[in-house]
Amino acid sequence: MDLNLVWFVLLGVLLAGYAILDGFDLGVGIIHPILRGQRERNVGVKAIGPLWDGNEVWLVTFGGALFAAFPEAYATVLSGMYLPIYLLLLCLILRAISVDFRNKIESPAWKLLFDFGFFVSSFGATLVFGVAAGNLIAGIALNERGEYVGSLADLFGWYPLATGVFAVATFALHGVMFLYLKTTGEIRERLSKWMWHFWGVFLLVYILVSMMTLIENPHVVAAIKQAPWAIPVVILNVLCVANMPRAIYRTQFGQAFISSCLNIACLVALFGASTFPNLVYSTGTGPSLTLENAASSQGTLWIMTIIAMIGVPFILSYTAIIYWTFRHPIEMEN
Amino acid sequence: MLAEMDVVMLSRLQFALTIMFHYLFPPLTIGLGIIIVYLEGMFLWKKDQSYMDAARFWTGIFGINFAIGVATGIVMEFEFGTNWAMYSRFVGDVFGSALAAEGIFAFFLESGFLAILVYGHERVSPAFHFFAACMVSIGSIFSSVWITIANSWQQTPAGHEIVQMTRDGEPWFIDGQPIMRAEIVDFWAMVFNPSTMHRLIHVWLGCFIMGAFLVLSISAWYLLRGRDSDFAKKSFKGALVLALFSCFAMFLSGHFQAKMVYEHQPAKMAAFEGHFETGPGDMSLLGIPNEESEQIDMNISVPGGLSFLLHEDFSHEVIGLDKFKPEDRPPVKIPYFAYHIMIGCGVGMTLLTVVSTFWLWKGTLYDKRWLLWIFVIGIVPAIIANETGWVAAEVGRQPWIVHAPFQVDESGERIVDEQGRFAYEESLGLRTTDGVSKAVKAEQVLTSIIMFGVIYFLLGILWLFLLNRKIQAGPTYMLATEKTGLEDAVAGEHALTGDK
Repeated sequence: MDLNLVWFVLLGVLLAGYAILDGFDLGVGIIHPILRGQRERNVGVKAIGPLWDGNEVWLVTFGGALFAAFPEAYATVLSGMYLPIYLLLLCLILRAISVDFRNKIESPAWKLLFDFGFFVSSFGATLVFGVAAGNLIAGIALNERGEYVGSLADLFGWYPLATGVFAVATFALHGVMFLYLKTTGEIRERLSKWMWHFWGVFLLVYILVSMMTLIENPHVVAAIKQAPWAIPVVILNVLCVANMPRAIYRTQFGQAFISSCLNIACLVALFGASTFPNLVYSTGTGPSLTLENAASSQGTLWIMTIIAMIGVPFILSYTAIIYWTFRHPIEMEN
Repeated sequence: MLAEMDVVMLSRLQFALTIMFHYLFPPLTIGLGIIIVYLEGMFLWKKDQSYMDAARFWTGIFGINFAIGVATGIVMEFEFGTNWAMYSRFVGDVFGSALAAEGIFAFFLESGFLAILVYGHERVSPAFHFFAACMVSIGSIFSSVWITIANSWQQTPAGHEIVQMTRDGEPWFIDGQPIMRAEIVDFWAMVFNPSTMHRLIHVWLGCFIMGAFLVLSISAWYLLRGRDSDFAKKSFKGALVLALFSCFAMFLSGHFQAKMVYEHQPAKMAAFEGHFETGPGDMSLLGIPNEESEQIDMNISVPGGLSFLLHEDFSHEVIGLDKFKPEDRPPVKIPYFAYHIMIGCGVGMTLLTVVSTFWLWKGTLYDKRWLLWIFVIGIVPAIIANETGWVAAEVGRQPWIVHAPFQVDESGERIVDEQGRFAYEESLGLRTTDGVSKAVKAEQVLTSIIMFGVIYFLLGILWLFLLNRKIQAGPTYMLATEKTGLEDAVAGEHALTGDK
């Protein structure tokens, strides 16, 4: 068994899990400003209150697994994107504080402050995720040791910025659909209207980013041609995007949300296909970091595989318990 | 001053800042977790509602600490990559797997069931709620296991080999230099490296003491105010027992750990004690180590005390810093002070718990207001002891980030050079100066230090503000809001922590 490939796939699963689960609570944060008044905003924060923390653990585990399985890629990406990563961490701290502490004190000013914090941090974190993904698709300049040699400004080119906006649009759409499912009453009508707007924006950016990816990154086109399984993923992805307006129109909002989940999973899979067999594509003088040369020893990958086989059934079972416990929609206070 | 520092110094400073701030929270949640499990267990057994009220109150305090602990914990995980990239490349094969195990085994458990502990009161049965409390507590303890293993491996590496990396199947050189890294050969030898168990027990006891002293502090304050006395006495008694047990166990743990440190890292032990010259070791109680004159200024010491502690013999030779080349020596001042402050706080807290237990048994404890006031501020030395203990451990490890073994001859004896000094197997360890990121510039680190300095300062204020509010509101406030608990819960409300 090719353990390097196993761990590449497992990292993809962790990333997809993170993007789908934390994606909806980041999305709820991004659309927070469309909610009117204290009552609606209370609902927005409460809908994700018990869930966001467990969702973020997927990111923590993704980080740990990347460190363990591909330490060279972990070190290169994090040290290379130094300030963006700190910006991300700052957003994640602000978000944790905003969600957990917003309802601690009954004061409009306090709540407004943390409403703002919730929005800014969710938006900022998503943007940085998108920018980071864009850079990894387009490639970054590495030297012979695999160290990033570009500048900070290089990380904020047009293409990474476009993928950043794309991430925001994707999570906003995902978040509005999730919030619809978690609410009752009048707020739902407005959310379903907003769903159309967010879908429209998403579609626009989706097409734009797809075109930019294919035009600006010939190595990605080559990589996708090499991966025959990528074609069905692209088709599934398009079907998911197309199914969303159909499901919204027919008021099958559960189906719309599932389409959005699948859409995100497809995008993560395509992200993987676009870099494979590299983890970090080098545009500099040094070689790219690949599944082979960036990986830990086979012994460690085996140990990690055993740890994952023991741990994953547990993770899935208590994730299920928690989502089942908090399955009810949030009622608006009177 | 900051602006003149290099990437190494700035990165060390940033790591110290972020880890010391983060480390305020995990010990509190580990310690409180045990107390919550105890209270919920008592509720199930005795069916006495006051236990559940107490559990709810402490869960509220737990929740605040947990939230900041998680938020500041993610920073730590990424900081290895951002600031210590060369270190991450060197240790990823060993250290990374421990970190991944932590995520898979501990964090999911902890944060998943926390949702039920905090928000799930009206949604699950009391027995299941107790189960959730147990899971959160176990998760928080697990999360200390793997990170302590990883850190212990840095101090006393085992179960690995240092091998040259390859590129396209060929040994990898850059400018003629082989590129090396550590790889696991024996997982369990890595997990149970010589210092793991000693340090893990030491860390746990430190957490129990910190959690217990937080409960003691808050309960003592209620007793002084003459409010919620029943609740406060119940909590106080439980926490005092935990503190007493932990303090005594800590002395044993500390003693064995000191011997272990001396065996594997004698330079660190010498720095702790300011022991410059090899020979019988005094135990310095108070003083200022002077690295130029190689002695302790204004020293008050127990003659032969160090020799006795390490060898049960007052005149046994103890290795001093003179056995190490200048570039292999740790700094002395910071480890010396940190170590002594830690022990001083430990002794003080032990005396306090012993006399208090005596007076509790005599039934006069709650009349001694001055003593209760000492308990109110008692959380401060508990925090200081935990923090300084880590400072001593990590600064004492310098100049290594992964400690190198000694050069030994065939019989296992340490080799000394012509000046009688030990030599390390340089290539089998990693110096802190070689562990830092090469792609990062000093001004970037400076930016992130300032950014995090400001945000952590604000976070610290917010933490104290919210804790204070929760304490002022008190457990009776919880009872008052409990009537609306059900509606709150249906509305997805933060019913348990009493928020509206």
